[in-house]
Amino acid sequence: MATLTEAPPPLAPTAAEKKPPRKRGRWTPYWLLLPGLLWLLVFFALPMIYQASTSVQTGSLEEGYKVTWHFATYWDALSEYWPQFLRSVLYAASATVLCLVLGYPLAYLIAFRAGRWRNLIMILVIAPFFTSFLIRTLAWKTILADSGPVVGVLNTLHVLDVTSWLGWTAGDRVLATPLAVVCGLTYNFLPFMVLPLYTSLERIDGRLHEAAGDLYARPITTFRKVTFPLSMPGVVSGTLLTFIPAAGDYVNAELLGSTDTRMIGNVIQTQFLRVLDYPTAAALSFILMAAILFMVTFYIRRSGTEDLV
Amino acid sequence: MKTTDNGSGDVRLSGISKTYGSFTAVHPLDLTVPQGSFFALLGASGCGKTTTLRMIAGLEEPSAGTVHLGDQDVTALPPYKRPVNTVFQSYALFPHLDIFENVAFGLRRRGIKSVKKQVEDMLELVQLGEQARKKPHQLSGGQQQRVAVARALINHPKVLLLDEPLGALDLKLRRQMQLELKRIQTEVGITFVHVTHDQEEAMTMADTVAVMNAGRVEQLGSPADLYENPQTTFVANFLGTSNLIEAEVDTKSGDDIVLKAGGGKLVLPEARCSAPTTAGGKVLVGVRPEKISLVHADAAGEIPENRNRITGRIAHSSFIGVSTQYVIDSQVCPEFEVYAQNIERDARLVPGADVVLHWSPAHTFGLDAAQDIDAGIQEEAAV
Repeated sequence: MATLTEAPPPLAPTAAEKKPPRKRGRWTPYWLLLPGLLWLLVFFALPMIYQASTSVQTGSLEEGYKVTWHFATYWDALSEYWPQFLRSVLYAASATVLCLVLGYPLAYLIAFRAGRWRNLIMILVIAPFFTSFLIRTLAWKTILADSGPVVGVLNTLHVLDVTSWLGWTAGDRVLATPLAVVCGLTYNFLPFMVLPLYTSLERIDGRLHEAAGDLYARPITTFRKVTFPLSMPGVVSGTLLTFIPAAGDYVNAELLGSTDTRMIGNVIQTQFLRVLDYPTAAALSFILMAAILFMVTFYIRRSGTEDLV
Repeated sequence: MKTTDNGSGDVRLSGISKTYGSFTAVHPLDLTVPQGSFFALLGASGCGKTTTLRMIAGLEEPSAGTVHLGDQDVTALPPYKRPVNTVFQSYALFPHLDIFENVAFGLRRRGIKSVKKQVEDMLELVQLGEQARKKPHQLSGGQQQRVAVARALINHPKVLLLDEPLGALDLKLRRQMQLELKRIQTEVGITFVHVTHDQEEAMTMADTVAVMNAGRVEQLGSPADLYENPQTTFVANFLGTSNLIEAEVDTKSGDDIVLKAGGGKLVLPEARCSAPTTAGGKVLVGVRPEKISLVHADAAGEIPENRNRITGRIAHSSFIGVSTQYVIDSQVCPEFEVYAQNIERDARLVPGADVVLHWSPAHTFGLDAAQDIDAGIQEEAAV
């Protein structure tokens, strides 16, 4: 037996066998990453570091700014501009909820009911991107103009009385009110809600709806217990893609709002470009970033979609 | 277990049909599935078997006709109001729910509060008690299949519909699940309507098989009946293999018909002929390959007197263990198939040898010669 089970002695490994996989192959992924990393370094990391240092500088425009590790700027900025912070979160959240309410049925329709119209509706959703953000927002200025049809209709229906009482509009005007800003934000970010929602709805196997119906779920229960939970990844990414840019937006508040509707984006813009108080502007930017990061983390944790994505 | 009164649990389809535009998926169809039976709808893809099943489930609206479950006309009921459950082809388990919740889904929808005991018992029945808290994607195909069965069965439906439930499994697992499903059906006594394209699967599991072709039921009967007495060329070819010979009616003697085929004579019991027989008329004579005995031409004298016999030459032979399959070239029928048990092998039976085939007239069946002699062959090969 022993002679049979004994394997022939292994041949001395040749040089070719001993060599690890060729070096070029091993480094390829890093070489491929390099352009992207360089781009991020130059256009993201360096400006961030620069801004971080700016936020702890003191001085004046005439004498120049120096890094003095003056962290009090953060506290001063926050205590002076917290209403704008709050307003940003409020407006962005309102716009996000509106986008979800408007976008979900639309995405559902495109995913399940549109049939041969699907592509056309998709193009219509994306079509606004073919014109500039600024132009589109300016167009809303015309739409919501005091003498425009929208205000006329809302006035006739006495809707404006209600919204004014709620503080969303002021008198006979819609323009230069919170409602106008939220409308602008909703309009501008709606596609960012619809697209991820559509993607996750479209991925749902139609047979799951049949299976739910087969297992005694009415259509509304099927939606509540199957469709909506399965579309949660889309809901989460859609709300994030809407809320994050909306919270930092200043164009809508600038064009459609008034001094009473200024968002934190407007404050930062003014500090940087008009007041030229760079440390405060930089500090505000970092506070906004931290606040959004905190809220988003909390939201993702709460929505518990980790194993769905 | 919720049982229904005797005979009132039958599934009755009356004149049911389904058309899509100008295409007719299911021609007007009458079908009764007796309560408690294991019923298979067998056919190639596109024959209308799944459409028929979906009409029973309520997932497809019939263009005409009615569906009765017992005494209740359910034709107009949406799926969620029908006492029927389906095991879907790809299982359609809810990916966001664990196994326990998948199985409990139907019970919860009907407002049953204490589901724990029932779900655990059901998971025990399908041997998945350990997997209750896993998500569907963590299970193997066979396990997912069992979850799909459990999810449907727990509701004690009047009828369980199975839409090619074993299609995604590999051969060995499929065999195992066939026996498993049969066991479960016997245990719970619920009517099973099983859709499949696999004739072996249908014959293994079902009490009654309906063979469907191009939107119509070709023949309905027990597996043995369908196999031994096919009524159409489609059934003869789709279920197993048949050798079909074109023959001409010569005379009748007693209960038998004597036919002429390629110079020889064949005898066919009249009771086993589904075609009209008038002297001089054409009939297709069929015989199953395993019913035929094969002897070398030199030994032809040993063949008993009253057997049907045909001469030919072996074209191919393939040894497959339990049997040897021969293809015989004959004047009356090219490519005659013969399966011979490997009991005593005659060394002379090699390709090129002249042979005589013989079989008992009782194993002969007669079919209407107006049909396509090859119906049902291509379909099976494509599967």
